[in-house]
Amino acid sequence: MTPYDDTTGPPGRPPPQTDPWAMVELAITLLAIDPAGLRGLWLRARAGPVRDRALAGLKTVAPRKLHPFTSDEALMGGLDLSATLASGAMQRHAGLLEQPGALELTMAERCPPGLAVRLGQALDRDPALALIALDEACEEGEGLQQSLADRLGLFLDLDGFAWGETADITLSPALIATAQARLTGIASGTALTRLARVAAELGIASLRAPLLAHACARAHAAWRGAEAIEEADLEIAVALCFAHKAQQLPEDAPAPEDSPPEPPEDQPEEGRDRDESELDIPEDMLIEAARSALPPGLIAQLQAARLARAQGGPSGAGAKRKSMRRGRPLPSRAGKPGSGARVDVIATLRQAAPWQKMRRAMLPGRAPDRLLLMPADIRLKRYQDQTDRVLIFVVDASGSAALARLAEAKGAVELMLAEAYSTRDHVALVAFRGHQAELCLPPSRSLVQTKRRLAGLPGGGATPLASALQLALATAEQARGHGMTPTLAFLTDGRGNIALDGSANRAQAAEEATQLARAIAARGVPSLVIDTSLRPKPQLAALSAEMRATLIALPRADARSLSATLSAALGG
Amino acid sequence: MTPFPFTAIVGQDEMKTAMILTAIDPKIGGVLVFGDRGTGKSTAVRALAALLPPIESVAGCPVNSARPEDCPDWAEITDTTLVERPTPVVDLPLGVSEDRVTGALDIERALTRGEKAFQAGLLARANRGYLYIDEVNLLEDHIVDLLLDVAQSGENVVEREGMSIRHPARFVLVGSGNPEEGELRPQLLDRFGLSVEVTSPKEIETRIEVIRRRDAYETDHAGFMEEWQPQDAALRARILDARAALPEVRSSNVALHDCASVCLALGSDGLRGELTLLRTARALAAFESAPEITRAHIRTAAPMALRHRLRRDPLDEAGSGARVARQLAEVLP
Repeated sequence: MTPYDDTTGPPGRPPPQTDPWAMVELAITLLAIDPAGLRGLWLRARAGPVRDRALAGLKTVAPRKLHPFTSDEALMGGLDLSATLASGAMQRHAGLLEQPGALELTMAERCPPGLAVRLGQALDRDPALALIALDEACEEGEGLQQSLADRLGLFLDLDGFAWGETADITLSPALIATAQARLTGIASGTALTRLARVAAELGIASLRAPLLAHACARAHAAWRGAEAIEEADLEIAVALCFAHKAQQLPEDAPAPEDSPPEPPEDQPEEGRDRDESELDIPEDMLIEAARSALPPGLIAQLQAARLARAQGGPSGAGAKRKSMRRGRPLPSRAGKPGSGARVDVIATLRQAAPWQKMRRAMLPGRAPDRLLLMPADIRLKRYQDQTDRVLIFVVDASGSAALARLAEAKGAVELMLAEAYSTRDHVALVAFRGHQAELCLPPSRSLVQTKRRLAGLPGGGATPLASALQLALATAEQARGHGMTPTLAFLTDGRGNIALDGSANRAQAAEEATQLARAIAARGVPSLVIDTSLRPKPQLAALSAEMRATLIALPRADARSLSATLSAALGG
Repeated sequence: MTPFPFTAIVGQDEMKTAMILTAIDPKIGGVLVFGDRGTGKSTAVRALAALLPPIESVAGCPVNSARPEDCPDWAEITDTTLVERPTPVVDLPLGVSEDRVTGALDIERALTRGEKAFQAGLLARANRGYLYIDEVNLLEDHIVDLLLDVAQSGENVVEREGMSIRHPARFVLVGSGNPEEGELRPQLLDRFGLSVEVTSPKEIETRIEVIRRRDAYETDHAGFMEEWQPQDAALRARILDARAALPEVRSSNVALHDCASVCLALGSDGLRGELTLLRTARALAAFESAPEITRAHIRTAAPMALRHRLRRDPLDEAGSGARVARQLAEVLP
């Protein structure tokens, strides 16, 4: 039976708005019908019975599993050493990417960029491959890598479902096969053009999206038993393939809360039937389909994840780097032992094994039961480590930030220092007053030294904010150069009045500050602005928006609450 | 499936021009394509292969030698007839092992016959051709080091099991990537002759045309290729003509002066920028059948030849492309 045998709505209207689980079931069905066209599913759900229920429906696709730390050798295949040695002839084992069918990536939110790109390339190369990405993101700022999300057609979010709202999904292989046989015969009409237009209206930049949505609409038409792609197919495609990629919703459309459920909306539909080739008709109905498929706040959440990715992850931990001593194990590499590196004995033996016969022939007279090792066989262990974090405090010591506030800022920095000391973070201090900013303390772990520098910090004078931003950025870049992960924390009232050249030109100073704030955002330095003025002004809000910084207004903060806010905002 | 035809790529004129110019003069030194997802970066590189004129090489030679006497000894070549073959375009995949890049001992022969024999790697195959790295900014550091070393010397040296193998490895580097996923080391950046930035087309009609052609390519492959292959062939002929005309293109003192003053105004490091700019402008002039380099050629060539060679300016958020354009307007009015 197809979902439309006892349809509840008028013809041409899909039923999913009434039963969200039906939409999940439909998406799974469509993926089973055309995995190669849809390229896969981004399934956002915590592990649990609801997700298992949805995945059980995909049994016909029979995906092979991989996880975020699957090695290149497992992906791409490689020498099967034991089989090779046993048989005396070269034996390869096939990689996960070399076998036909679908892949299931668990913990997809932790997928490193390297793996995401390899999977993306595999999807581009092999037109029959499909990927089911299980994204278990639970915090803001997490989520699937964009390079993968862009290539997968479908998106489902199961987190809102209670067990009682779900049902088992059993797909009939016979019905799926019937629909598959129909796929190539479906007439497309103007579907592709219209989907391209809707994608543009939703602000979806990638050109893969309309092609994926087109495959979705075609699979849906085949499932319905139709000959051609119709309105209902396009609405489903937009809801399943576009909604989560939307960057914007056109403003003239009605807000979702205000619109009564299922308005008839006959006129636009008829209007479109009359002249589908007309270019200027806004695709209101399809936009609406995207809107109703979106849980409130999802766009913002997905964008937060995107931003966090661009900034190199949430600021709670330092960036990754390779290490010889500690952290998560990485594949071993050739190298010379020494300088603290550890030899990977197993990998070294594996490396040496295939050459034994040849070496024995080269070096006659060696004991036949001895392993012949060469320096080039030696493999060293490598680990992925987190880099150290450095907090760069940029403190406004000018006259406009009254002296009492300076004392509070000093106190907050001292408290943060104590915390940073316990988490082994580095701290740097930039102060600005008079004509320019000054690096009072380069990145350091020394609590005593920082306190001494802070105590000696004089107050009063003009506010060279632009100079402070410039110095903060330079310090951050330098810290990156030393392998650290910088975070900027500004404590200011934002009333800059000294330009970079030291002149008292308020307009120029503001212009330069804006440009530098953008530069900080462009470099992806995570930053935090604490407004210390008594009455917050819009300029500072605008400036921190340019910087993509978190703004915290603390008109009446004392040192302790300031420090609490800081550590909360920095996630540390 | 035959790669998507180069001439069927909609828009992205700068990227297409840059690729055509390196095909005319490989000495320009390759292209780096940086830009948004789903803009056809790798499609364009794969399409380029079909435009490149064939090379003549020794039939059995693993490094595509042009003459039998250039073939390396270790290759033990028996068949020294000269054959015409397509210019090699070799993919360097991410996650590739060092052994596969440089070549290593043939593990099968070592195992089965106990013999030492060298098995050539990707660098050997790419000799006299192109080496393409998709997502070049995610390439592992040790592979980047290796490429820089080989690109510098033009020779690949492998030492294994008491054997020392060397062979020429001269190739044009083509890379593509998405800047959101990481930046490129300046040393590697400098290895690319030209760099272009691509963005998704903003015009709705252009976007529809891109999607329509992609769909036609996938659903009606034969018909689509029949439509576009003649255009690819015409472009290829034009590239060959331009190659032949290249030595005849005059570069006046004015043109040389223009190149130098643009580079000076932009503060681009070293002479490599100037040289690349001149070569690019000359290839462009040859492509347009012009007898000499004009200021218009330099103006078109400057952004792609110079934008990746500028020092970073934290005060400028517009990107280096805009900076080149601004300086061009001032220096070459």
